[in-house]
Amino acid sequence: MDKTGIHPGGRPAHVDVRGHDEPHHEELGWWRKYVFSTDHKVIGIQYAITGLLFLLFGFTLMMIMRWQLAYPGRPIPLIGQWLGQDRAPMGIMLPEFYNQLGAMHGTIMVFMGVVPLAVGGFGNFVMPLQIGAPDMAFPKINRASSWAYVLGGVTMITSFFLRGGAAQSGWTSYPPLATLPIANGQTMWLLGMIFLITSSLLGSINFIVTIVQLRAKGLSYMRLPFFVWAQFVTSFLLLLAFPPLEAAGVLQLMDRLAGTSFFMPSGLVLSGRPIPVSGNGNPLLWQHLFWFLAHPEVYVLILPAMGIVAEIIANNTRKPLWGYKAMVYSVTTLGFLSFIVWAHHMFMTGMGTTMSAFFQTTTMIISIPSVVILTSLLLSLWGASIRFTTPMLFALAFLPMFGIGGLTGLPLGLAPSDIHLHDTYYVIGHFHYVVAPGTIFALFAGIYHWFPKATGKKMNEVLGAIHFWGSFICINIVFMPMFIQGLAGMNRRMYDGGALYTHNAGLPIKLNLVIGIAAWSLGLFQIPFIVNFFGSLKWGKAVDRNPWEATTLEWSAPSPPGHGNFLTEPIVYRGPYEYSVPGAAKDFSAQFEPEKAQA
Amino acid sequence: MLNWMPIQASTHAAEIDQMTILVHWLMLVMFVGWGAFFVFVLFRFRRGANPSASYAGAKGKFAKSTEIAVAIVEIVLLVGYAIPSWAIRVKAFPAENEAVVVRVVGTQFAWNIQYPGPDGKFGRTDIKLVGSDNPLGLDRSDPAAKDDITTINQLNLPVDRPVLVHLSSMDVIHSFGLYEMRVKQDAIPGIQIPVWFIPNRIGEYEIACSQLCGLGHFRMRGFLTIQSDAAYRKWFDDQEKELQPAAATPTAR
Repeated sequence: MDKTGIHPGGRPAHVDVRGHDEPHHEELGWWRKYVFSTDHKVIGIQYAITGLLFLLFGFTLMMIMRWQLAYPGRPIPLIGQWLGQDRAPMGIMLPEFYNQLGAMHGTIMVFMGVVPLAVGGFGNFVMPLQIGAPDMAFPKINRASSWAYVLGGVTMITSFFLRGGAAQSGWTSYPPLATLPIANGQTMWLLGMIFLITSSLLGSINFIVTIVQLRAKGLSYMRLPFFVWAQFVTSFLLLLAFPPLEAAGVLQLMDRLAGTSFFMPSGLVLSGRPIPVSGNGNPLLWQHLFWFLAHPEVYVLILPAMGIVAEIIANNTRKPLWGYKAMVYSVTTLGFLSFIVWAHHMFMTGMGTTMSAFFQTTTMIISIPSVVILTSLLLSLWGASIRFTTPMLFALAFLPMFGIGGLTGLPLGLAPSDIHLHDTYYVIGHFHYVVAPGTIFALFAGIYHWFPKATGKKMNEVLGAIHFWGSFICINIVFMPMFIQGLAGMNRRMYDGGALYTHNAGLPIKLNLVIGIAAWSLGLFQIPFIVNFFGSLKWGKAVDRNPWEATTLEWSAPSPPGHGNFLTEPIVYRGPYEYSVPGAAKDFSAQFEPEKAQA
Repeated sequence: MLNWMPIQASTHAAEIDQMTILVHWLMLVMFVGWGAFFVFVLFRFRRGANPSASYAGAKGKFAKSTEIAVAIVEIVLLVGYAIPSWAIRVKAFPAENEAVVVRVVGTQFAWNIQYPGPDGKFGRTDIKLVGSDNPLGLDRSDPAAKDDITTINQLNLPVDRPVLVHLSSMDVIHSFGLYEMRVKQDAIPGIQIPVWFIPNRIGEYEIACSQLCGLGHFRMRGFLTIQSDAAYRKWFDDQEKELQPAAATPTAR
C-alpha cells in the first residue's frame, strides 16, 4: 500500500483546505471543536451517536410495552415504581401510557433514530469522503441542521414529563383523535416534528449540492459509489416529501391551538357533548398529507441501508457489484415511484375502484426495482471470495431479512388481501422486517465497517460475532410470530394484546410471551456492541488508512481524517468497485490509484 | 395457513383467503429459491473454498428471467384477482330493498347500531339530542324514527341475506373489523361509507375496533350474532314490541 499518500502529478493543494499537512487540528477550543464545529465528520459522528442513543431509548420503550403484552396488568419489574402515578400506578401500566409508549416508539425509531443515523450520521461522515470533498458544500447549514435535530429530540422527550404525558395517537397522529384536547403531548409532538423536518430539509439541500458540485476530479456519476447514489436519491425524497408534512403539521397545530378545522368535520360528539369546532374539515386530508411523506420516508429508511450493504458486499466479496448500472437506475426509479404509492396505506378508508386499482398497480410496479437491487446484490456473491467479517455478517443478513420484509408487503399491497391483514400484527411484522433486521442491521454493518475510518481503531471481531448471532436469532423470534398473529386477526395497538377477542385465543395470544422474551434477550445482546464500541476506542487495534483493502475514496484519507479530509486533492481514475481485476498486482484497484501505481 | 386464520363466515371470505394463500405460495417459492441460492453461494464462494474472486462474476440471464417472472405473477394477481375482487367489494352493492340495512356508528368506545325498522327509513339524528340514553341523538319525534331499533355493541343479522352497513363515526376514526366475515372498513367522522357482505354461517362473532381510537381502544368490542331467518325475525319483532311504549308517547324527546 502506498503509505506516503497520493501525489497525482504534484497538483496544487485545494485552496479552501487549510493546513492539510497535519491530519489533526488541535488549536480549536472545545466549543468550536464540538458544539459549533462545522466539520462534516464531527457533525456526522454526533448525529450517529445521538441517533444510536435514541434507538436504544426507543427500543427500551418497546421492551416496557412488551412486558404489558406478555403479562397484562402485572407490575413492571425494576422500573415500574419509578414511572409515577399517572403512568403506572403501583407499577401497573395504564392504557394511556401504553399508547404514549407506542406513539413515541414509532416516532423515535423513525425520525430520531434511523433517519439521523442513516442520513445525518453515515451520509454526513461518509459521503463527502467518498466523493473526495473537503467538507459539505454548506458547512454552517449542516451545523444548523444538526442543532434543529437536537431541538426536535429535546422537544419530543420533554413531552413525557408534561401534564398528560407524551403524544398518544400513534406515530401517524390521525385526527380527530390527535386533535382532541386531551394531552399536551400532541402539541409538543407537532412542534418537535417541525424541528425534525426542518433539520432534514436543511440536510437534504446540502447533500444534493455537495454531490453535484464537490465531486473529485474524474468522479463521474457512473463512478460514484452506490452509497453516494443512495444518499443522493434519499436527499431528493427528503426535500420533496417532507414539506407537505411540515405544512400538515402546522395545520394540525392550528387545529389544536387556534380553533381551526382543517381536519375536523362538523357534527363531532365526544362523551355525549358536541365538540365546539367550526367543522367542515376532512380527517382524510391529514392521512393523504401524512402518507405522501411517510411512504417516501420508508425509502429514506431503506435506501441508505442498501447503499451501505452494497459497499460492504463489494469489499468483502473482493469483486465488483453485479449490475451496478441496473442498481443505479433502479434506485432512481424507486425514488420516483415512491411518490405515487402512498394511498396503499389507506385502502380501508373507503377507496373506490379506480383509485385502488391505480395504487395497487403502482405498488406492484415499485416491487420490481426493489427486486432488481436485491437480485443484483445476491448475484454479486457468485464467484466471490467471501470474507465473513462482522460488517459482512450484518450486510449478508440484510438480504434475506429485507427479502422477507419486501415479500410480506405483497398481500398488504393488494387491497382484497389487505382487508383481513390491515391494522393487524402482520403489518407490524412486515415493516419491522424492512427496518429492523433490514435497515438497522445494515446500519450496524456500516458502524463496524467505517468505525476504523472514524477512529483509527478496529472493532473486536469476537464481540461483533456475538452481537450479530445473538441479535439475528432473537430478532427473528420477535418478528416471525407476528405473521401468525396477523393472520389470526390480532389487531395492533391493543393495550392488553387483544386478550378480549376469541379469535386471538390460544396460540396467537401465547406468542406474546415468546416475543417478549425474545425482545428482552435482543436487548441483552446489544451489550456486547456497547462494550465493543467504547472498548475499541481505547483498546482497539490501531489501523492504517485502508484496513479493509477497499477501493473507494474515503480509504485514501488518514484514519481518522483531519480537517479538510485529504492530504492532497484526490483524483479518481476508475469505477468504484474494481476488485480482482485480471492482471492487476493485488485484488483491489482503488479509485485513487493511478495506472502506473498498479503495475 | 388456514388453521391460523379465523373461520370463514361470509360468502366472499373464501375468495379473499384463496388470494391471500396464493400470494403466500408465491412468497414462499421466491424466498426458498433465493434462500437456497444464497446459502449455496455463501458456502461455495467462502474465502477458504475460493481464494481468488472472479472479476466477471455471474453470467447468464438468471436475473432477468426472475424479474420477468415476478412481474408476470404480479400482473396475474392484480388483474386476475385483486382489482376485480375489490370492485365487487366496493361497487356491487345489494339493492336497499333486498338487503338488511343497518347504520353503524362508532363512538369512544362502543359500536352504536341503528335499524331502520319496518318502514325501511332511518330516523333523523341530531347531535343536540345526544345523551347517555340516546348515544346516536335519534330524534324520536321524527315519524321515520318511531320504529327504529337502536342497540349498543350488539348487531343481529340473518344468515344468507345480503347486509348493507352504512358506517360512520361521531368522534374519532374507528375501524369496523369483522374478522370471520373478512370485512374491515374505517369508520370516519363526517363521512358515511357503505359496506356489504353475505354472512353464511350461523354463530356468535365479534366486532373489533381495528384503528387506534384512544385509551379504550382495546376494549371497544361489539358482538355480531348471525341467526336463522326465523330467529332474526323473532328478535326483530321483540325489539319492535319494546319500542311500543316509546312510540305511544311522542313527547319523549
